[in-house]
Amino acid sequence: MPFRQPHLLGIEPLHPVEITTLLDLADAYAERNRKGLPAGDALAGLTQVNMFFEPSTRTQSSFELAGKRLGASVMNMGVAASSVKKGETLIDTALTLNAMRPDLLVVRHPMSGAVDLLAQKVQCAVLNAGDGRHEHPTQALLDALTIRRAKGRLHRLSIAICGDIAHSRVARSNILLLHKMENRVRLVAPPTLLPPGIDAFGCEVFTDMEEGLRGVDVVMMLRLQRERMDGGFVPSEREYFHRYGLDAAKLAHAAPDAIVMHPGPMNRGVEIDGTLADDINRSVIQTQVEMGVAVRMAAMDLLAQNLRAARGRAALGEG
Amino acid sequence: MTTLIHNAVLIDPEAGTERPGALVLKDGAILDILPAAPESLDRFAAVLDADRRHLAPGIVDWGVKVSEPGERHKESFRSAGLAAAAGGVTTMVTRPDTHPAIDTPEILEFVARRAAQDSPVRVLPMAALTKGREGREMTEIGFLRDAGAVAFTDGDRVTEDTRALSRALTYARSLDALVVTHPQDPGLSRGAVMTSGKFASLRGLPAVSPMAERLGLDRDLTLARMTGARLHLDQITTAAALPALERAKASGLDVTAGVSVHHLTLNDFDVGDYRTFFKLVPPLRQEEDREAAVEALASGLIDCLGSQHTPQDEESKRLPFEAAAPGAVGLELLLPASLRLVHAGRLTLPALFRALSLNPSRRLGLPTGRLAKGAPADLVLFDMNAPFVLDRWTLRSKSKNTPFDGARLQGRVRGTWVAGRRVWPVPEDR
Repeated sequence: MPFRQPHLLGIEPLHPVEITTLLDLADAYAERNRKGLPAGDALAGLTQVNMFFEPSTRTQSSFELAGKRLGASVMNMGVAASSVKKGETLIDTALTLNAMRPDLLVVRHPMSGAVDLLAQKVQCAVLNAGDGRHEHPTQALLDALTIRRAKGRLHRLSIAICGDIAHSRVARSNILLLHKMENRVRLVAPPTLLPPGIDAFGCEVFTDMEEGLRGVDVVMMLRLQRERMDGGFVPSEREYFHRYGLDAAKLAHAAPDAIVMHPGPMNRGVEIDGTLADDINRSVIQTQVEMGVAVRMAAMDLLAQNLRAARGRAALGEG
Repeated sequence: MTTLIHNAVLIDPEAGTERPGALVLKDGAILDILPAAPESLDRFAAVLDADRRHLAPGIVDWGVKVSEPGERHKESFRSAGLAAAAGGVTTMVTRPDTHPAIDTPEILEFVARRAAQDSPVRVLPMAALTKGREGREMTEIGFLRDAGAVAFTDGDRVTEDTRALSRALTYARSLDALVVTHPQDPGLSRGAVMTSGKFASLRGLPAVSPMAERLGLDRDLTLARMTGARLHLDQITTAAALPALERAKASGLDVTAGVSVHHLTLNDFDVGDYRTFFKLVPPLRQEEDREAAVEALASGLIDCLGSQHTPQDEESKRLPFEAAAPGAVGLELLLPASLRLVHAGRLTLPALFRALSLNPSRRLGLPTGRLAKGAPADLVLFDMNAPFVLDRWTLRSKSKNTPFDGARLQGRVRGTWVAGRRVWPVPEDR
């Protein structure tokens, strides 16, 4: 089954087979990247615009590199600094951009649903690079590829997602993806960082870290924003690390071959112990970054194929 | 000059009846109610055959925002008045949350003058309870009342300072002025755009627990008891708030409550993929809460049903959900949308008009809302079965922000009279 989506707005609309298609292609790109082989020219002649309404270094450079490896012309629009400050609305920015005829549009926005809104107004393929607390699909896909490579499969695994789930788009996309691929998802967090209605998500919920990690195959840590540690959501940094920070002692409750993941950037000593993060036997954090480029190459490749096909059909229809 | 409307089904919310009959109108009032048309029609200057359609007391829509002064591009007294007439609303009780807020007698007089010039239906203004609706100092409640303010409210801006609110209530009590509050805990609801639950969490939208309404209600009821002020709660939309309201009423507290038609006919799932026309204050609730609110309206625990008409232009809605302006227009769709509850067997027509017309009139001390001899001839004639699919661009409001765009509705207004004068269809169109 091919990948049928015109955009990558979230994990929610994806079929499991589409996920597998994308991951297979990403796997191939990862191998080529690792061997230093040319990746091909899937995006040759196409223009990719990165619009980040929220500051990001890692995701933006990952998308930029992915586009360049496949031959796209990549432009970074510094939206946080320009027209938005002058009061232009999101729709107007989108329409302005659309008039420049980009082919791939990578968007990050601080508000949930903003990327969906933008996708309705433009005629190119849109990739969601994170919208508010809603979704961050390429992060979930790169996590999935990392797990698949480390564990040899992406089903029937027990995965604990730990930390600030309430404010995390990474957690939402991961829960959706891992459930679609038939895994068991556990959520481990202090109750103030769990979203309301979480019991309806089909996850097992734990507020005790050791209990939550018992026997899991994958431990996925989330970043805790510093501004949420000042007593608003958790009492202090040190109490949080004591109860929810991942260290060797807590990890000992997971399966002996459990892997440790983190979407970055890490707060060493807050949600994860520094030594553990660097332990190449347990931590796959660097692999996640590597898979990020491969997954974004695959996503843009597939969307470009669909875009070219759609344009071809339109041309035939008109001619 | 006397007018006869015969061959109608008369809805009398006071008696709770729905029966065939005829009305005789004279000098802006209902002169007589007859079981059928008299033999001779010669003595009537005008005779209208209602063709067995329903005739009810005109709707008193409590909590309408007309965006004058300040945002006339969103709604004016002319456009709102026309929408009201088309919707069978014969009295608009307007909100003071304009720019500037209606917080001085001078601004209130401006509103009254504009309304008298342009609106074909009655307009009764509410005034702000505190200056600038800022929740600190009370407005000139006495002067404003003398200038025609029928109630005092800061709209959906909750007064956080309990002492300031208690003083305003105490002062209002001395004038026997009615105060309208928005029951909501301001701390819990800060920044929230949805009701918390699975759907809000899935969409990643900031949400507020439905319990925030109960917390706000408990506070407002306690203050009403403490000060003896007459209190109306603009919208009660959650199951958790109902027992407190019931207890307060049973204990003899002078309190009434309303609800918007949107909260009775839609739930949080309708937001779908971030559809901003469904962004309301308070946010749409879960289905169990909607059910409970319908039940409470049917039993009379919730007294009034209105539209909370809030015009917003396209620009303020074409934004990410969190940034979009809240509110929906409703003057024209209040009746057809609430008829959904009648068609679904949840409400009888007399019970519906008790909530739409009679109870708001009673609470505001108005003579309208009744089908009785001597009552003002404010009437709505409607075909309760006429089906249509709503195209929002056909609405008379300047703003078209309704969540019912594309919805199948049943029930159309065929005629509206204010003080015996027909205001819908507008005479030119007839």
